[in-house]
Amino acid sequence: MGLSETDALDVEGIRADFPILQREFDGEQLVYLDNAATSQTPEPVVDAIVDYYHTTNANVHRGLHQLSQEASIAYEDAHDRVAEFIGADGREEVVFTKNTTESMNTVAYAWGLAELGPGDEVVMTEMEHHAALVTWQQIAKRTGAEVKYIRVDDEGYLDMDHARELVTDDTEMVSVVHVSNTLGTVNPVSELVDLAHDHDALAFVDGAQSVPHMPVDVGEMGADFFAFSGHKMCGPTGIGVLYGKEHILEEMQPYLYGGMMISKVTFEDSTWHELPWKFEAGTPVIAQGIALAEACDYLDDIGMDNVKRHGEQLAEYAYDRLTETGDVEVYGPPGDDRAALVSFNLGDVHAHDTSEILNEFAVAIRAGDHCTQPLHDKLGAAASARASFYLYNTREEVDKLVEAVDATRELFA
Amino acid sequence: MGIGGSDMYRQQILDHYKNPRNYGEIEDPTYSHTGENPMCGDTIRMDVVLDDDDETIEAVAFQGDGCAISQASASMLSEQLHGMAVADLQEMDRDDVIDMLGVDISPMRVKCAVLAEKVAQDGAGIYFGDVDLEKTTTEDDE
Repeated sequence: MGLSETDALDVEGIRADFPILQREFDGEQLVYLDNAATSQTPEPVVDAIVDYYHTTNANVHRGLHQLSQEASIAYEDAHDRVAEFIGADGREEVVFTKNTTESMNTVAYAWGLAELGPGDEVVMTEMEHHAALVTWQQIAKRTGAEVKYIRVDDEGYLDMDHARELVTDDTEMVSVVHVSNTLGTVNPVSELVDLAHDHDALAFVDGAQSVPHMPVDVGEMGADFFAFSGHKMCGPTGIGVLYGKEHILEEMQPYLYGGMMISKVTFEDSTWHELPWKFEAGTPVIAQGIALAEACDYLDDIGMDNVKRHGEQLAEYAYDRLTETGDVEVYGPPGDDRAALVSFNLGDVHAHDTSEILNEFAVAIRAGDHCTQPLHDKLGAAASARASFYLYNTREEVDKLVEAVDATRELFA
Repeated sequence: MGIGGSDMYRQQILDHYKNPRNYGEIEDPTYSHTGENPMCGDTIRMDVVLDDDDETIEAVAFQGDGCAISQASASMLSEQLHGMAVADLQEMDRDDVIDMLGVDISPMRVKCAVLAEKVAQDGAGIYFGDVDLEKTTTEDDE
């Protein structure tokens, strides 16, 4: 095993698919460690977009001409491919949206506004992303329902005793993040789904940080809803996915109205198209959907088990190296039990300052609250610096991160 | 590249960050005002004493917490404001602040740089009854 590779992946071969990684800033080669925000896009996925526009571009569903038929078939097949990737039963359970946030809002508006009322409760976690937290918080305000949060303990794990206290027969929805984008915690979502179902509540799992990094089988997990984004998993921006169990989506009313999502329209009333089109109003994300299917192929060719192991190994290495000096606080579980990211603060140095200095070394990380402000309040930090890894990152890049952190320490000493 | 080439963190900024001037509070200031950047967590409070004619700044103290840019900017501004006409403070804009800092400020950090200036200006504005603010933020700017 060379230093540039963990034992899970042929990183050198993978990097060749990502030309952007060769970019240099003032002679320093880019070290891209902001993958939890967005991943880079491999050539086969870019090619799929280019190829679509070069050969197949047409609006879908309604056209009878050859191009429209080809575009329609490719777009519809993309739903099947994504369904297969996450273990859904078929295209009926896979709605293409704009991103994870829109998937969350689709359920919050379509299901939440109709089903929630005073006395009902939505249970989330303290490590929830604003995509879920703000959405359910605001839907609760409008419906009179109440939101509750499962505690995060000092190690960054969910307090499952507290979860069992909070989820009761008043609970209508348990909405939990699969992998924390701040702590790197991998939550026991199957257990939480079971807990929800024991009390006749539905379960929504936010998979934005899990689908890109590990094998996911929504059927096995049992979640009623599951959401993720294309751009964090080698796909393009502008596309997200909402998975829903077919019988639940069937009963739900649409949240966006317009073309494509209808069956019969009169001046007085309308009826809805079949799943999943009922939830895809207007001209949908055609090129992005086709490219997302290509991203699924790309990741499956490498193997999601390998992607997972590689990310975990890099995260553990980063955790170990960053904590060597004792003045870096890393948030969340220990190095050997976390997903592919580390959020940290160097002493009293503000994370924005750290990130700015790291940028001088062409090391790209994120600094801020990572859309988890209440969690940061609980951690007692206004912001944190976050390095997040993906299949093309190397141990040398982690070393460069640590060198840049060392330089920051020296500068602020 | 590296530490020597780090424009934004030239020695002056780091010096003011590590050894802030006029740090603390003033008893019975003419006005005192607080501001924050909620997204960054930067906070600044400025206490200002005006002369008897309410025209000239006689003393300034600040307290705060946040990134090096926001705190160094407050420290440098506190020195510059000493003896300045309030009318001149109200004329200051973000280019004046960036000139004062003497380094390039990336677009994402401008709001950190101008927080102290906004706090001093808004505090004066409230004192003279020109603006009605609970708290200053720079989130809505730019």
